[in-house]
Amino acid sequence: MKFGIIVFPGSNCDHDAYHVISKQVGQPVDFIWHRETNLSSYDAVIIPGGFSYGDYLRAGALARFSPVMESVKKFAASGRFVLGICNGFQILCEAGLLPGALIRNRDLHFICEHIYVRVETSDTPYTNEVQAGSVRRIPIAHAEGNYVCDDETLDALRRNDRIVFRYCDRQGNVTAVANPNGSRDNIAGICNAGRNVLGLMPHPERACEDLLGSSDGRDIFRSLAATLALAA
Amino acid sequence: MKAKVYVSLKPGILDPQGKAIQHSVELLGFGGIADVRQGKYFEIALDDSDEQQARESVARIAREVLSNPIIEDYRVEIEE
Repeated sequence: MKFGIIVFPGSNCDHDAYHVISKQVGQPVDFIWHRETNLSSYDAVIIPGGFSYGDYLRAGALARFSPVMESVKKFAASGRFVLGICNGFQILCEAGLLPGALIRNRDLHFICEHIYVRVETSDTPYTNEVQAGSVRRIPIAHAEGNYVCDDETLDALRRNDRIVFRYCDRQGNVTAVANPNGSRDNIAGICNAGRNVLGLMPHPERACEDLLGSSDGRDIFRSLAATLALAA
Repeated sequence: MKAKVYVSLKPGILDPQGKAIQHSVELLGFGGIADVRQGKYFEIALDDSDEQQARESVARIAREVLSNPIIEDYRVEIEE
């Protein structure tokens, strides 16, 4: 199995993701510059966090026009795995690979702290090693993480078990107080209808070692690796 | 030919920046401010001389790049 980390001008969590895949998951991984268009040697790509194109216009809006994104769309359509973290989630929404949009946090702050998310489903390639309902402590770092979508989209996400992570308190209660940014229905991460594309605002790659304060994010990468191992 | 594009948040989409600006305006001493919404304004210079053609091009630019139709509306004006 081979992972690729897509790098845009302004990506800044690319090395964190690379570190986790190579050291924690122990799998081969390459950086993929955004002008690259050939993804044929990869089984999964990660669109990392950061500030692609300086967040000009809207977060993720300009990255979606990078040459690599047409290939990412085909890659996703072929059923291979695309994980968007933070700015990567914003890019996937802008590119139409995931529904909805991420707007300014309710309280305008850039929030950089550890929060709790509840894993809502283990029926995804990214959470199949995680028990549904379990609570994970993972950091967020964003100014535009407020997930919005229309009623119809929310209904479809709920009905098809596509809400993968929701902000919660330490005990796993999904409450307004535990919602850091105003996201609709406390949504922290969703997947597409095919379940092979996942976007989330929290940074699991920053929570893969106890030394860094939490290793609660590791199972997301391990789940994906396990899925790829089965498919191989 | 010049195009002006106005992008604004759809009604009902939270605008915390607008709220913060409103608060500052009130601190300046202006009462009676019911609401402030922040938007974006673009000026695009076009080589096109055909107004209809320019309008169509700019509408597509506004729809596909300048705005995100999930959260924003746009309005295009064409000037000679």
